[in-house]
Amino acid sequence: MIYNIPFIAVAALIMIGLYAVIFKRNLIKMVIGITLIESGVNLFLITLGYREGSTAPIYTNSPGGVMSLPVPQALTLTSIVIGVAVLALMLSLIIHIYRHYGTLDVRKIGREDEE
Amino acid sequence: MNIEHLSQTLLTHSPALIVAVPLLGAFLTPLISRINDKLRNVFVILTAGLTGFLVLLLSYDVLINGNIHTYIFGSQDIGSPVVRILFEVDGMNAFMIIIGAILVFVAVVYSWAFMKENTGLDKYYTLILLMAAGMFGMMLTGDMFNFFVFLEITSISSCALIAFWTNKGKAVEAGFKYIVISTIGALFILLAIAILYGQYNALNMAVLADSIQYTFLDKIAFVLLIAGLAMKAGIVPMHMWLPDAYGRAPSSVTIVLIGTTQASLYALFRVCFTIYGNSLTAPLKQIGSVTITLNGLLGTFIVMLAIITIIVGVFMALKQTNFKRIIAFAAIAEIGYIFLAVGAGLWALGSDHGMMALKGGVFHIINDALDVGLLFLVAGAIYYATKETSLNRMGGLARNMKYTTIFFLIGLLAVSGMPPMNGFASKLLIYESIYLINPILAIVAILCSILLLAVFVKVFYSAFLGPKIPRFNDVKEVPKSMLIAMGLIACVIIFFGLFPDLIVNNIVEPAANALANNSNYISQIVGGS
Repeated sequence: MIYNIPFIAVAALIMIGLYAVIFKRNLIKMVIGITLIESGVNLFLITLGYREGSTAPIYTNSPGGVMSLPVPQALTLTSIVIGVAVLALMLSLIIHIYRHYGTLDVRKIGREDEE
Repeated sequence: MNIEHLSQTLLTHSPALIVAVPLLGAFLTPLISRINDKLRNVFVILTAGLTGFLVLLLSYDVLINGNIHTYIFGSQDIGSPVVRILFEVDGMNAFMIIIGAILVFVAVVYSWAFMKENTGLDKYYTLILLMAAGMFGMMLTGDMFNFFVFLEITSISSCALIAFWTNKGKAVEAGFKYIVISTIGALFILLAIAILYGQYNALNMAVLADSIQYTFLDKIAFVLLIAGLAMKAGIVPMHMWLPDAYGRAPSSVTIVLIGTTQASLYALFRVCFTIYGNSLTAPLKQIGSVTITLNGLLGTFIVMLAIITIIVGVFMALKQTNFKRIIAFAAIAEIGYIFLAVGAGLWALGSDHGMMALKGGVFHIINDALDVGLLFLVAGAIYYATKETSLNRMGGLARNMKYTTIFFLIGLLAVSGMPPMNGFASKLLIYESIYLINPILAIVAILCSILLLAVFVKVFYSAFLGPKIPRFNDVKEVPKSMLIAMGLIACVIIFFGLFPDLIVNNIVEPAANALANNSNYISQIVGGS
């Protein structure tokens, strides 16, 4: 049971994130939902590579014993970097949307007539 | 160094260069932009042209000579379990990069005049080349995680381009919608990749395809992959971002956006046919004397989605009044046709008409890109000349813009599947094959194609014919670069329509074979057999 806690956390993070994206009407909250999903996926990747009692996979300075798998950590780093770029882009778009409409409520955005 | 040696070296390194040239060009563009604007435009066109040349070199070797190219980043030793990334190019990849190369080249030629009055063009060209690099990467890579990275590169740069006209609220809104959908789709894909990696300790597509067991976790990964990729490809329940994104982006961006959408579609086929290819014909469940196999189930599901996609696309197109939104909904319907044919091919996997449906579907991918692309370019040209987007305020434009009118007519006939255009060739293949599978599907498909014709005849009438509107008296034909771009696509459309056999035998068939038979793709990496 105790070993499954990370996976339960992953499922919970993804579900909460999806809930926020689908049901929240504030754009900032939707962005928070997306970052939650992303954290869930990253946690899943890290958990996959971890072995109990393992050390960091630095070959040149290893104390010996079990090392955790380095590939998922590399994947997670890449994914975090991509996530930062996406987050920055989304927030900058939100700034533009706020300038145009003066609100962050999805129900009031993009409802004006065709120009 | 003689010519033959040089071309051989270029060919060997072309899979890497096709991604590297636009990537390098993207980051050189802002520097060159500081010298001179015209020089920058020439540089971008040259970059796109060089990429196109490499694409032709590579696809000629793959499609005509039947070689499968692999390009290894990292350790060259095949045997040891090492960290490395592979590019693998078989018939399907080669087919897709041809589409990408045509669209990118046309887009940068078109941009020369179309975007002239805008500021921030150095960023615009940087993003367009980045988007091209990401798109080629998606089409060439043989590694799941690498695919995810290229997917994100493409979606970040295309989102920024959709919202390029930030002075329009709706464009920014469309960009936001696009980035939300594509990020969630990409995260689903990453989750699926993690599930597969956790089970098989592999990220390479061929190795995964070789070792996949179709366990319960694999089924979850399969569903996540299909959902994520279909979201990016604009299949109907997840299509709502597509008309906004296509409709609000500048036309020159929209045409590259079509390419990225189809790159996602390609990945969907790669997942269905290659990675899960070995489990496709395995029986899932026995009910009485009927055996349910995965390909039957998946085929039915895809065909149903495709029919809904076609119907929704066509009927939504009928009620729009905005020129670009009409074309965007027609584009959804066209993706439905591709999906319909491939679903039918999956359903009747291994039989003759299944293969024919697959061929029709693959052929329709390139036709859809060209036809819808041409229509978007025409819509952009009209916007450039009149600054109007609504059909209600257009009319009589054929008097002032005769070349654009001719190009629109060509696009209209092609998209609704009229002979002698390319749309007719592929749609006929699709109708014939799905008629053998289920006549009702063929009837729905033909009916919707006729409705598509009705949609565009309405557009043609209200935009180009009718009485002269005094406001448009001094409207002129668009500049040469836009005419060249449209003419280029129109020539390809007519060429494909006149010689469909040539195209089907030389380009489409190797691609369809690569989809239907995954053993070549796998044995290239895994070895043995």
